[in-house]
Amino acid sequence: MEAVLDFLPLSAVLIPQKLASLATKKERGNIKQDSASMMARCAPRLIRPLLNGLNLGKVQSFQCLRIAEHSQAPASLQPERSFSSTHRLHDVPRDTGSADRVTVHFINRDGERLTATAKEGQSLLEVVVNQNLDIDGFGACEGTLACSTCHLIFEEDVFQKLDAITDEELDMLDLAYGLTDTSRLGCQVCVKKAMDGLTVQVPMEVADMRRELEVGKQSK
Amino acid sequence: MGSSCGRVCWKWRSPLRRLAGFSRLLSTAALAPQICVVGSGPAGFYTTQHLLKHHRLARVDIYEKLPVPFGLVRFGVAPDHPEVKNVINSFTQTAHSDRCSYYGNVTIGKDVTVKELQQAYHAVVLSYGAEDNRILGIPGENLSGVYSARAFVGWYNGLPENRDLKPDLSSETAVVLGQGNVALDVARVLLSPLDILRKTDITEGSLAAIACSKVKRVWLVGRRGPLQVAFTIKELREMINLPGTRPLLAPADFTGLGDVIKDVPRPRKRLTELMVKSALEKPGEKEAGRWASATKEWGLKFQRSPLEVLSAADGKQARGIRIAVTRLEGSGESARAVPTGEVEELECGLILSSIGYRSLPLDSAIPFDPKLGIIPNSLGRVQGEPGLYCSGWVKRGPTGVIITTMNDSFDTAQSVLEDLQTGVLNLSSSKEGFKSVRSILHSRGVHPVTFSDWEKIDAAEVARGKLAGKPREKIVDPQEMLQLISH
Repeated sequence: MEAVLDFLPLSAVLIPQKLASLATKKERGNIKQDSASMMARCAPRLIRPLLNGLNLGKVQSFQCLRIAEHSQAPASLQPERSFSSTHRLHDVPRDTGSADRVTVHFINRDGERLTATAKEGQSLLEVVVNQNLDIDGFGACEGTLACSTCHLIFEEDVFQKLDAITDEELDMLDLAYGLTDTSRLGCQVCVKKAMDGLTVQVPMEVADMRRELEVGKQSK
Repeated sequence: MGSSCGRVCWKWRSPLRRLAGFSRLLSTAALAPQICVVGSGPAGFYTTQHLLKHHRLARVDIYEKLPVPFGLVRFGVAPDHPEVKNVINSFTQTAHSDRCSYYGNVTIGKDVTVKELQQAYHAVVLSYGAEDNRILGIPGENLSGVYSARAFVGWYNGLPENRDLKPDLSSETAVVLGQGNVALDVARVLLSPLDILRKTDITEGSLAAIACSKVKRVWLVGRRGPLQVAFTIKELREMINLPGTRPLLAPADFTGLGDVIKDVPRPRKRLTELMVKSALEKPGEKEAGRWASATKEWGLKFQRSPLEVLSAADGKQARGIRIAVTRLEGSGESARAVPTGEVEELECGLILSSIGYRSLPLDSAIPFDPKLGIIPNSLGRVQGEPGLYCSGWVKRGPTGVIITTMNDSFDTAQSVLEDLQTGVLNLSSSKEGFKSVRSILHSRGVHPVTFSDWEKIDAAEVARGKLAGKPREKIVDPQEMLQLISH
């Protein structure tokens, strides 16, 4: 029985990407794999969500923007938002054709496969938020490169074809738990038609690992 | 333990629910867990979020000592980092849930005890964070001009207890002891162009003081070396690019480091590479121009440990700091700083100690480890206290960013959910929740501030801010807050 969910729109946000004037080398593929076991599906949660529960609300469709290289941005940019907690959702207009619909699969931390249809140009964070996918704590900073909660793991061949990663994304990805050679932040990866059928893995978190260890100890 | 999902177990636990209608009437009131969370920062809200999401009936009440919620998101995150505060939107949504209530202006341990909360609720989660700081423990620490970074951050972020700090910003050189993100934050706020600061939610009073500041140079002093800095790359990059400033990085500190870091994990490697590049490589044309015309500067000093704050002739004011030169034993994250016997002096009139926050015991009845500064626990279950849990900094120690606390809070919530499922938390005894707390508070003359009260304060702050071109103008006097909502 679905509860009435109050959707709060997160209106168009600019992704403030501060380009470092220093390190110009784009790092790709030169990443130490911290733990291959992160790719393994984790143990099923003891308690599965009973409801869709709380939602981050819907993110209005926006293009994946990259701020111009020569931006003399101050230390941090204020994303332009008008957020009102009393606003009801207004739906992203549905396309008549399926032409620019892309199917994306998210393998959740408990191994469950969540499937969503995305619009070309949407970021994977938008997909998760707009489709109310049940991924705990995803997208805390709402796509402003101020956290690493939208961390996703890609298959190698898909990863290689993604748009180049910026220093700003790398800076935040560096703080993500369970970083792999094919990790990216979902808010920085935009869906393309060629990605139809894409499967991404939601990484396990340190708390899950610790819990597994504890349970393992107790069962001995 | 079976891996059966919660849905199945839930049906098992309540056979009455199988009888339609009738069962709903009987069972709901008795089986709705009443949970209370102490502290309305990220730990409190993320724990609440997880509980509400994964248990269909649970009710969660969040208590907060201040009238206003959100803890360090409001009072710790730097004013020029508004994106980090976006989590407030998620917390606001949680607070609006019909199974969640917020009660501000209630000090647990004083207005109501933890034992009284345990009588009113099935489970109590302590998420009250770290309100104090570690002390240096050196002579001169209490001289005028010496402050904890925590108090300084509280001052510019409008934390009521720090509003009268009146830090002395009249000397040219400031020394920050510590090399974490908080150290970078205070250095950046001290040196940022006013044009940037005046558009943030920094308080009016502190902005005015900073506008008159004479501070031109900030040293971040650490006991160990460049490979042990605790700040992270995004914040360092921001500092290096801070308009109107130039970095002072001694090449000798960084020569040869490039080879040492070849095989360290990527985060440490990139962070070190950025420092090495800034210290050793010739800057690009634009940067060179910026550095040449800079009027302010900041630098990193390594392997220096504070021994004593030196006073001016009047004996009351700090004029400098005596520091011991150290060497490193071991390497990497676990390297230890050992004194060499050599001693130096640094002239400065402002000293900010940024060596860590610290939790305090809330209530004498609650176990607390003073050495580690945490509540002893296992996966968030307080040791020896069934029904009592903890999350966030008071559980793990005062380090990490919001995602760290988020995961930790989900972890504690998971422990609560498990205990509900397995019957460790006995739901057959019904609890009154806020109903009984309300009468206790009333009898003690305490008036809780509700979330919609907070929204009035919020609206007032935003309106005042608009007049000044800021996202908000924080109200720093709790009395003014209470008057606004006619308490």
